[in-house]
Amino acid sequence: MSALVSRATRASRVAGLSALGLAAVLVSAPWWTDIATERLIGEFMVYLALATLWNLLAGYAGLVSVGQQAYVGFGAYVLISLASLAGWNPLWAVPMAGLGAAAIATPVARLVFRLQGAYFAIGTWVMAEVFRLVCAQISALGGGSGTSLTPAAMKLVAATRPAREAAIYWLALALGLGAVAVAYLLLRSRIGLALTAIRDSEIASDSLGIRIDRVKLAVYVLVAGLTGMVGALVELQKVRMSPDAAFSVNDWTAFVIFIVVIGGIGTIEGPILGALIYFVLREYLAELGSLYLMILGALAILVMLTAPQGLWGFVQRRFGLSLFPTGYRVRGL
Amino acid sequence: MALLSLDTLSKAYGALVVTDAVSLDVSEGEILGVLGPNGAGKTTLFNLIAGAARPDFGRVMFDGFDITRLPAAERCRLGISRSFQVPNPFGGMTVFENALVGATFGRAPEHSEARALRALDITGMKPKANVLAGGLPLLDRKRLEMARALAAHPRLLLLDEIAGGLTDSECVSLLTAIRDVHAEGVTIVWIEHVVHALLSVARRLVVLNFGKLIAQGAPSEVMGSREVRSVYLGETAHG
Repeated sequence: MSALVSRATRASRVAGLSALGLAAVLVSAPWWTDIATERLIGEFMVYLALATLWNLLAGYAGLVSVGQQAYVGFGAYVLISLASLAGWNPLWAVPMAGLGAAAIATPVARLVFRLQGAYFAIGTWVMAEVFRLVCAQISALGGGSGTSLTPAAMKLVAATRPAREAAIYWLALALGLGAVAVAYLLLRSRIGLALTAIRDSEIASDSLGIRIDRVKLAVYVLVAGLTGMVGALVELQKVRMSPDAAFSVNDWTAFVIFIVVIGGIGTIEGPILGALIYFVLREYLAELGSLYLMILGALAILVMLTAPQGLWGFVQRRFGLSLFPTGYRVRGL
Repeated sequence: MALLSLDTLSKAYGALVVTDAVSLDVSEGEILGVLGPNGAGKTTLFNLIAGAARPDFGRVMFDGFDITRLPAAERCRLGISRSFQVPNPFGGMTVFENALVGATFGRAPEHSEARALRALDITGMKPKANVLAGGLPLLDRKRLEMARALAAHPRLLLLDEIAGGLTDSECVSLLTAIRDVHAEGVTIVWIEHVVHALLSVARRLVVLNFGKLIAQGAPSEVMGSREVRSVYLGETAHG
């Protein structure tokens, strides 16, 4: 066969090298920056991870969940239980939070997957509320008012404050960049081909042999697991926790949807761009209070009306640019 | 033994009976043409065979197995591929990627890239391999439907009105493609309004009207039958 199939472009090679270079610079941040900057980057990584994961669900698998806060809160509760009640090193509790969230996502999926479209969205939200109400009953963890990680537990992370901050920062970096890497590798795999096909047409996917339900379940469980780890990270960053904050639909889903929608749904680059825009807006506008939220909402509406594929979708169409190509190119036609 | 066997297959949407006790055998290696006026239930019949719809009554047997309850994806993996009458491309993917989906998840997943390229070659879509499917003109979308179905390496290929709107030379190349596919041993059932195209490859015809099979047999026999003439030409069947 004279035609060859290739998967990289020049832009993607440059982007790949730049991404590795940027990752190296970010890893070294604790040696050249202060704790406030570390925390800001750490928080950015939380949103980068959540947006990338939500995009896998909504942008590819067609699962528009409004209930991902269920797994953020669940992960936070697993971490605080293992650390404060069982005396674990909180860092070891992070993978456990991921496994636990993936495990509980399986029966949850059996329930919510019976619903379609808008009903699925509402169903996931209701499920997250159930999680919140159950967790608010755990009196050992402060019931409805919540509790904090004990100083002893925090000391297990690292003995000194700078070392602790650095450890939490690196964890955030691992999860944020890791989520993007997982999404990229997943979308380049066989499952990714199936997911991209499902994104474009479920009827055609079904007719061509894709077991849609299995693919969706696999993605839902994977995303829930990683979201649970992000929840554990959030708990380490915030130390203090209450059910209302841990299961906040605003913090862990609404802002995340905003990021994906303005950045560009159904692309890997979109959530990255969206997260950057969200953080810039927040840094400059957050002191405006509720006016800030109105500006976010107006911006989201504006982008949806003028560039429904988000800002990255606009760039992609206009300049044919793809930094993380997941597709295939046939050469030598 | 018949490759595909339909046994009193019936389907109604509300009071509208779209498939009315259709029984039909398709032999391995055959090209069967399906005719019928608009609304006769031809596409519904394909949906029932390919698994996009479930019958209210009756059975679908494929290669001796009862597949009546199998989902469409499993039927594709067994070797039933179909094209859609209204093209349904993966718009955000390239032509090659569209074919690759069929090749990867269809009956034979090995050598998927080579199989996808070959399907594009047969259907004449290879020069457009890197074009996004969402921007293709209608004719190319129809060819892509066939390429994607072929890439899945079917034993039974269901083609739903792929010749409509083609110029004469395009129609000739389509017929060549269909003969090539058939020569490889693929059984074909083809719904088509372009009768001369259908007649140049089909050895047997069936005619549907109001969900019922009203005629089947050799093309000359079927096209001459009174029932068929009454449906197509408005002649009274018993007049």
